[in-house]
Amino acid sequence: MNNNLFEYLLRLGDDSLIIGHRLSEWCGHGPILEEDIAMTNLALDFIGQATSILNYAGQVEGKDRDGDALAFLRYEREYRNLLLVEQPNEDFGVTMMRQFLFDAFRKPLFEALTKSTDKQLAAIAEKSLKETRYHLKHSSEWVIRLGDGTEESHKRAQYALDTLWRYTDELFFENEVDQALQAEGIVPSLAPIKKEWVKTVQDVIEEATLTIPQNGWKQDGGRIGRHSENLGYILAELQYMQRAYPGNKW
Amino acid sequence: MITEGQIWKWLEEVSDPEIPVLTIVDLGVVRKVELIDTKVKVTITPTYSGCPAMQVIEEDIIKLLKSKNIQEVEVQLVLSPAWTTDWISENGRQKLKEYGIAPPADEVDKSVLFAEQPKIECPLCHSFNTRMVSQFGSTACKAQYQCNDCLEPFDYFKCLK
Repeated sequence: MNNNLFEYLLRLGDDSLIIGHRLSEWCGHGPILEEDIAMTNLALDFIGQATSILNYAGQVEGKDRDGDALAFLRYEREYRNLLLVEQPNEDFGVTMMRQFLFDAFRKPLFEALTKSTDKQLAAIAEKSLKETRYHLKHSSEWVIRLGDGTEESHKRAQYALDTLWRYTDELFFENEVDQALQAEGIVPSLAPIKKEWVKTVQDVIEEATLTIPQNGWKQDGGRIGRHSENLGYILAELQYMQRAYPGNKW
Repeated sequence: MITEGQIWKWLEEVSDPEIPVLTIVDLGVVRKVELIDTKVKVTITPTYSGCPAMQVIEEDIIKLLKSKNIQEVEVQLVLSPAWTTDWISENGRQKLKEYGIAPPADEVDKSVLFAEQPKIECPLCHSFNTRMVSQFGSTACKAQYQCNDCLEPFDYFKCLK
């Protein structure tokens, strides 16, 4: 088994799973019907991606765990998602800002992963990229509408950016897992991806008449299993059925 | 003697569970049919990553081929090359229209923000004076439109490339 690849797939799969779960919390609570439907559609794409990625992670691990086992039977410390994706929805502005900061990262990442020497990872990236393109369009347009909207929406969009900014450095977290996989051509270096992310974010934030925070403090930890308190609450809901009724199927 | 052509023909009896007017062959979901000794292997690909219809489609294929006396059926799911709306057959596009769903038009570039949406023909009154209500609709593959002339709200099968 390739331990590094397993670890990397957990990062990718857990990001999709947790942001998908967060989006699904909007079901029935969207500010307008169209956005309620949009966010649940996005959630479905992300849960679908998580299924493909975590199923593959299970195969790579070779310990007879499938995607469901990985999603429903791991604890917080075993999760490898970014702190950004587990942050609470708060209002629609925070949710869309979180989505935008994440989509702007995922698009160049999946573009690069389509060239992976690992065929299955490349296939997953090719599939997910098509969805990520229209996710990014959707979230970019909302950030601009809200930022360059009314006084109230501008204020809330700026609050969202200020609140989430400290979690953006972690998008580009790399350690020995990345180095080993980069040497084999399985995953890309995050440096050029960061460059593209910065450009996308600057362009959209500027058009949205918002200001990128200048404060220095950045928080990370998700990639090595050190999460905010939010993840425990998410997993309590996400995993309830399998914990209460082990092995239950429908 | 069963041929691959025969299997393809049979597979036209399997419809998409969410758009029952389309068969999985019309939709371009079936990528390959192989006869390996007594076994039939069917390769399918999802329209969207989270498409909940895939499992039903897989079960339907197995059920159908078993009913045709094929004992051993394997359904394989592949992600690459990734599905595109270009794979919907001409026949499929016609059937969508008759069913009241506007078939996919040419792509708008997704990197252009606030780009003008493609003009879609109303499946009811055929006017092109329509507007997009939402980029997202009743399933992952559809957007919501409304006709400005006859006021009919309708699904548009959005372009995915």
